[in-house]
Amino acid sequence: MLGDGILKGLVETARNFAGSYVSKERMTTVEYPEERLPLPEAARNFPFLVYDGDDWEKGLRCVACQICEKECPPKCIYIEKSKDKKPDYVGKPQIYPAKFDIDISVCMSCQICVEVCPFEAIKMNTEFELATDDRFAGLLLDRKQLSRSNEYYHQIHPTEASEVDARLAEEKAKVEAKAKAAAEAAAAKAAAAPAVGSPATPAAKPAAPVEAKPAPAAIAAEVAKAPVAATAPAAPKPLPGTGSDGTAPMSAEDKKAAETPAKPDEGEPKAQGEPKE
Amino acid sequence: MTDRLDQIFVLLKHWLLGYLPESWQTPVGVVISVVCIIGLYPALFAITTVLERKGVARIQNRLGPNRVGPYGILQPMADGIKSLTKEDIVPTSADAVVHFLAPVILVVTVFMGFAVLPMGRNMVLVDMDAGLLFYFAMGASTELSVFMAGWSSRNKYSLLGAMRAVAQMISYEVALLLSSVVIVMMTGSLSLVKIVEAQNHYSYGFPHWFIFTPWGLAAFIMYAVAGTAETNRSPFDLPEGESELVAGYHTEYSGFKFALFFLGEYVAMFSISALGSTLFLGGWMAPLSVLQVVPSWIWFFGKLFVSMCVFIWLRGTLPRLRQDQLMNFAWKFVLPMCLLNLFVAGLWRFMGDGWLRWLVCSAILILAYVSIGREGMRRQKFGPRSYRYAE
Repeated sequence: MLGDGILKGLVETARNFAGSYVSKERMTTVEYPEERLPLPEAARNFPFLVYDGDDWEKGLRCVACQICEKECPPKCIYIEKSKDKKPDYVGKPQIYPAKFDIDISVCMSCQICVEVCPFEAIKMNTEFELATDDRFAGLLLDRKQLSRSNEYYHQIHPTEASEVDARLAEEKAKVEAKAKAAAEAAAAKAAAAPAVGSPATPAAKPAAPVEAKPAPAAIAAEVAKAPVAATAPAAPKPLPGTGSDGTAPMSAEDKKAAETPAKPDEGEPKAQGEPKE
Repeated sequence: MTDRLDQIFVLLKHWLLGYLPESWQTPVGVVISVVCIIGLYPALFAITTVLERKGVARIQNRLGPNRVGPYGILQPMADGIKSLTKEDIVPTSADAVVHFLAPVILVVTVFMGFAVLPMGRNMVLVDMDAGLLFYFAMGASTELSVFMAGWSSRNKYSLLGAMRAVAQMISYEVALLLSSVVIVMMTGSLSLVKIVEAQNHYSYGFPHWFIFTPWGLAAFIMYAVAGTAETNRSPFDLPEGESELVAGYHTEYSGFKFALFFLGEYVAMFSISALGSTLFLGGWMAPLSVLQVVPSWIWFFGKLFVSMCVFIWLRGTLPRLRQDQLMNFAWKFVLPMCLLNLFVAGLWRFMGDGWLRWLVCSAILILAYVSIGREGMRRQKFGPRSYRYAE
């Protein structure tokens, strides 16, 4: 009969009307500023800089290699290198960004900076309440505004952050193992020296810088040849017997790295980026 | 005491007029009544907007406005301030005078209708003999303002919206009038006060409203359909179909002029509902004889409130009609039913008292409803489209 569909519809809407007062599950909306839905883990908005520890300035992972600045399609990143150096997470002295600005009014959230970063220093944030009444300075974020702790990174992207942490820990372990091996080799050499005839004290002198230096040298080598390092076994490469062979190239590499620290990073950014993502 | 309360507004007005010289009493009395009407209905409009937004939101399982004031009840104030402070834009190529006059005429004609509507016992501005006629004359003038708005804006959407509005309003005006004519046939009067008085008696505690007769119920349903269409309410809101016409005839209006259109639309809804309850639901009468202690104006505004709720409920339920469906429904279903209802009302009048007329009249109407509904509203089946020349 004409009109029974209308009656059915009226009953349905009346049920919705009454039901919305009774059951909270019916409600399709949330009252946004007070309550908010959890963001999906893959959510991303604008990049931020990760730092380890409590001090954002000291713990910043970024070494101002400027790969992201060069790769950024809309060119929204602006980096100035520092003149001095500070130790990074494995203890190697690195330059750091004296200035790191991202213009989020230009940024298109493409995540390319994250993909190319060899140091896991830049990641995507999920913050979206960035409205400001100053459209120039208010949207140009400096490195202090961009820096977020690693704990925060764990909060917003737990899976991704623990993967990154595992990778960094592995690298650090490798570097430490190498350093240990080098130290042992040096010790063995020092122990072998008195048998040849030379005095113990002069032998200890060249050994000391060797002990300290292999660590940054190894990480530089590690980073430059990341694909090789990933496939290589984690066991210490130089055997105790071949100590003299192992230390010689390392010190050379270290010297080179000290002269032009950014060079190995700039050299092949694509090769470094690929194995990570 | 109950009488006092029932007549409180009338007594208040007389008390106020008592302080004036006799020659002033009539004009000042009229002005007081007019000011009351003009103040009251926009206030009701404000309440209705928030009620509608909340109601429709609940129907869609949302919360609705809840920021301004407790539970969002002050939302209309915020809306009003917003519309007052907005820029009033008149398109360069628009006819400025007509563009300005259109919302004014709408509001004026809509408010004129209230002059003849009794809002309680002895509470009517003008007890006109031809009250119903005056009301429909005023109601028909709203079409003029709608077309003025659409034409003067010089905008395709506005003009299309206005064309639709005029086509729709004229079609349903016929049904609106024919369904009301039945009441005039029965009461023999065009005065709305007399029409209410004609329903003002009870048997076994129940009222003799016209809706409780077969022809009255049929006329009421037709009146409700035509009234919804006449006020451009959903599901008949084609003139302002925002999905196809931006906003219809008031596309080019902004700020307070737009607010006036909005106000006019809602006040027209009140006015149509008030006339409907006057004609079919006993106006200011109590629904049971024992409830007569409650003042008459409470019943009038209670009925108004209920019909507003029904309007909102319908809006939350029904999708918009298509233009051809709208026209088919008006001319193929509502109009034949109204004409048949005139015949049934005559039959009822001359069959005398008794159960037989109930049976005969109900049977005719139900039969007609089912058959016209089935045949007239049957969905047309279209085959594959054939072209004569463009093969």
